[in-house]
Amino acid sequence: MDNQLYLSSSPHIHSGETTERIMRLVIYALLPAVLVSLYFFGLPALKVLLICTLGCVVCEALANKLLKQELTIKDGSGALTGILLALNLPASSPWWLALLGSAIAIFIGKMIYGGLGYNPFNPALVARVVLLISFPVQMTRWTAPAPLTTGIDAVTAATPLGEMKMAVMLTGKLPETANSGLLDYFTGNMGGCLGEVSSIALLLGGLLLIYKKVITWHIPVSFIGTTLLVSTIFWLADPGKYANPLFHLLTGGLLLGAFFMATDMVTSPITYKGMLIFGCGCGLLTILIRLFGGYPEGVSFAILLMNAVTPLIDRSCRPKIYGLAEKA
Amino acid sequence: MSLVKIFSKGLWKENAVFKLLLGMCPTLAVTTSAENGLGMGLATTFVLLCSNITVALLRKLIPAKVRIPAFIILIATFVTIVQLCMEAWVYGLYQALGIFIPLIVVNCLILGRAEAFASKHPIIDSAVDGLGMGLGFTLALFILGAVREILGAGQLLGFSLFGTVYQPMLLMILPPGAFISLGLLLAMMNKFEHR
Repeated sequence: MDNQLYLSSSPHIHSGETTERIMRLVIYALLPAVLVSLYFFGLPALKVLLICTLGCVVCEALANKLLKQELTIKDGSGALTGILLALNLPASSPWWLALLGSAIAIFIGKMIYGGLGYNPFNPALVARVVLLISFPVQMTRWTAPAPLTTGIDAVTAATPLGEMKMAVMLTGKLPETANSGLLDYFTGNMGGCLGEVSSIALLLGGLLLIYKKVITWHIPVSFIGTTLLVSTIFWLADPGKYANPLFHLLTGGLLLGAFFMATDMVTSPITYKGMLIFGCGCGLLTILIRLFGGYPEGVSFAILLMNAVTPLIDRSCRPKIYGLAEKA
Repeated sequence: MSLVKIFSKGLWKENAVFKLLLGMCPTLAVTTSAENGLGMGLATTFVLLCSNITVALLRKLIPAKVRIPAFIILIATFVTIVQLCMEAWVYGLYQALGIFIPLIVVNCLILGRAEAFASKHPIIDSAVDGLGMGLGFTLALFILGAVREILGAGQLLGFSLFGTVYQPMLLMILPPGAFISLGLLLAMMNKFEHR
């Protein structure tokens, strides 16, 4: 084998990048958000996290067996999907909700298309949206954060976005908390899904991913930037009715979505230009759904919709091949 | 081909929904419950049977160039009959199926059988073919409707199955549920058939 001749045009060097390494890094980057959710929501959050992660891994092994494939659970993508799904569920989720979500994410979101790399949609988001449409009651029963120190079991509360939608619908005005609660929103002291509450933890993880070059800045920046820009325009037009851009930035799943869900390599465009278009589309759809849609939160729908047009974006952003004339 | 064979191929081997993927519009749209599926299937069966018979009767009179409009007029006649009958006798079902009753006219299964079978075969054969194809269509719609009703509402033909413990999965009786359950049913059938 030693004297076999390798033919290649350039000297190639392997970057050392493997699927396992990337998945592991993303899981590390999610740790701050996971820890914050454990602090604020306590044991129920731990239960949801464990069920989702184990559920996804077991489902993937099961799918491998059914499809007679090699076992793919070692690459960590199943576990990552499980963690992301758990971060997208309320802490009060019953066990069957988390388990069903895992099965949907892995079977319908991923394995049915052929496994990792072939899925057109982000599996965790597919599961979240299916659950949200199927079980609106369980999926919107938020518990207010009760840090371990307070000794209260659980209090139910609305998410800031849900509160805003109700108030605007009923009175045509913003609730008072929209301007006063920003610091709480930043640290994560609000009702919501496990992973969407703490902006600071998500930012930390997101920056780690960018620093480690797992993701590039294009999607998060264009996603968040567009959301801020559009919400600023509406806010300036009527500050009594539309919340300020910081409120939109810090509440809901915007940061979680922009850093961890929209940047999924399989389901987002390949080129930088494509990523920018993708991010802008996500941001625009998010803010439109938040302000005018039927649901209080639009991040998951926005990302899934943009996932659907990713192949189109990739087609229209094909880089020019060097040495060929552009077609007129 | 023997009559038995003509009849049975529509039930399974050339099942309109599961094998030919014809008539997807009513299949996906009305199968929110087993009862709706059954009603739509039987209405279509009646139209298919009658249109196959009349097309076979008139097959030598209709000029080839205008055969499609002629078929459509024949089919539309029977659809109108079905629609008026349903409005008179099964008003609840009539309201549940709504626009999809008049849309039976453009169900490609019916035009397809007229074009591919009835216009080339004698009356008895065509009638048997129409009946078999129609019942196969009904069977498929009933299965799909039952699956969606069980998962999406926790009941079958209106009878509650699991009591209050079961949380119905709303998605299954919404449009995406139709696509997901039909896709999974097809995958399962292919799996067991190619074993």
